Amino acid sequence: MSERLLSFIEIIFGYDRKKTPVLAGLDVSLAAGHTAAILGPNGAGKTTLLHLALGWLKPWQGDIRLAGKPIGAYPRRELGCWMALVPQGEHIPFEYSVLEYVLLGRAPHLPPLAMPAEKDYAAAFDALEMAGIAALADHSLLALSGGERQLVLVARALAQQPRLLLLDEPTAHLDLRNKSRLIGVIRDLKKQGVTILMTSHEPEVVLAVADDVLLIEQGRVVAFGALDQALTAKNLSRIYGLPVRVVPVEGRKQVLWV
Amino acid sequence: MSQITVADAVQPIASRKTAPQQTAAQKHTRQRLLLGLGLLVVFVLSLLVGRYPASGLIAWERLMGDELAQRLVLNLRLPRLLIALLLGMSLSAAGMVFQLLFNNPLVEPGFLGVSQGAAFGAAFCIVFLGGSAGAVQGLAAISAFAGLGFSYLLARRIRYGGWVLRLVLAGIAVSALFSAGLGLLKYMADPLRQLPEITFWLLGGLASVTWQKILTTLPTILTGLLVMFLYRWRLNLLGLTEETAFSLGATPGRERLLLIVAAVLPTATLISLAGMVGWVGLIVPHIARRLFGADARFALPAAMLLGGTFTILCDDLARTLLAGEIPLGILTSFFGAMVFLGLMILQGVRAQR
Repeated sequence: MSERLLSFIEIIFGYDRKKTPVLAGLDVSLAAGHTAAILGPNGAGKTTLLHLALGWLKPWQGDIRLAGKPIGAYPRRELGCWMALVPQGEHIPFEYSVLEYVLLGRAPHLPPLAMPAEKDYAAAFDALEMAGIAALADHSLLALSGGERQLVLVARALAQQPRLLLLDEPTAHLDLRNKSRLIGVIRDLKKQGVTILMTSHEPEVVLAVADDVLLIEQGRVVAFGALDQALTAKNLSRIYGLPVRVVPVEGRKQVLWV
Repeated sequence: MSQITVADAVQPIASRKTAPQQTAAQKHTRQRLLLGLGLLVVFVLSLLVGRYPASGLIAWERLMGDELAQRLVLNLRLPRLLIALLLGMSLSAAGMVFQLLFNNPLVEPGFLGVSQGAAFGAAFCIVFLGGSAGAVQGLAAISAFAGLGFSYLLARRIRYGGWVLRLVLAGIAVSALFSAGLGLLKYMADPLRQLPEITFWLLGGLASVTWQKILTTLPTILTGLLVMFLYRWRLNLLGLTEETAFSLGATPGRERLLLIVAAVLPTATLISLAGMVGWVGLIVPHIARRLFGADARFALPAAMLLGGTFTILCDDLARTLLAGEIPLGILTSFFGAMVFLGLMILQGVRAQR
């Protein structure tokens, strides 16, 4: 059993104390170096779970530990060096260039009030290369397509050089080529020892990258475990409420649902 | 767990690719130097321009020989110029900070109840307390800060929406209340004596500036300007959605509050001193962004320089164009809008989605 990097211990969380909690009795932990995927229907609490992992939301009850230490005990900047978030989308009304925007990922590595230096520019460029959008470096953020913007958010998180990467539906707006590129990025990060926690609505992406899967439905864990054991036809049919089949195609598992 | 970072993995590409960005930064530095130089020239020329001994520039020999001219330059023009400079810098910087923090290109530095609060305070003083210059300034400052305070407290009580939306809503509501009060005061004011005074105050102007007023207001103004300047890169971070800013190691709530205070301190101080000098805080940040891009690391210092130059030029016109003083607010609005329109038409507007 490998080392536990991120543990949710008996978590109960909701946005409104008068209503039923959004997540209840969450008790899972993530192995260091593994890629874990969270699957669940819309509104199941996937993004909430990522925001809890980030330390942005605080649970009503329970404990979230990063490398054995409660997440609230980390100084803000140190936590920023530990983990990065790729959100579903961001609204930006100003004309940043792609490079300026990706450079913001260097913030936790800089002393307060310092300006990014040459090595930060280098890291930002590497991140752009890795995300496959180096050619867009000088483009305005407002001129990009939805998929390109998503890759910019990925690049910013890469520039942060995190040990734990949180991805919120990273492939939602990507075409097939960019999807496959992102899968490559996730695999590369894994090879470097980065732990990844991602949400997804796409079983084929999950099948391609995940070691572990967490299936949730209405804030409750339906199954958590290794890909082969947890991602079953029965579990998927249950959380999505429609018949889903898992079949081998050309020696690989595929999820059929239409 | 092995710790190979992303940078290590693809290092060779890095050195090759940084070159164009460095030249872009150098270009920015050159442009900023030009702006700074422009400001300096405008400042010196403005000291020499006026209506004594005749309209236009005073000759150097005359200035050296004429004691009255020297006193005029040192005791009237210099303090007024300094305040115009600080006013332009502060309003522009505060405008840019607000537009970034509120993620809204249409807010101006007085919108959190500050401008309307100051206007109400000044009018109240003119109608009920006799309206000596010092009292007007004091009461305007007090009610400007009260406006901010109300907005902040109200925002904390609003039950829905994110922090930014709550502050915007509270600011709008508080401004509306103060502006209703201002309307009432104007209605009650003596139309021959008090109403013109209120109107002139609302149009803004720097005629009453003295060295003493500068010295008492300087610490707040400089503190605010310095904090905004030091935060110029980090500001970009605080303009992001809260969870993203948090994920990048910021403490959005606390840092944003600090910057709001840093932006409002000089704004409120200067509005109470100079009246409502409109449009500088709204338009100069846009011009700066159009020239330098959205990154506040370059755009904020540029906005400060541009705002200072612009306000000095407008004030030069205000005091020299006619024998009487033209209210500064009229000129800043007029020329601000003209320059802005010109820039948009010349450079073309890219869609702001």
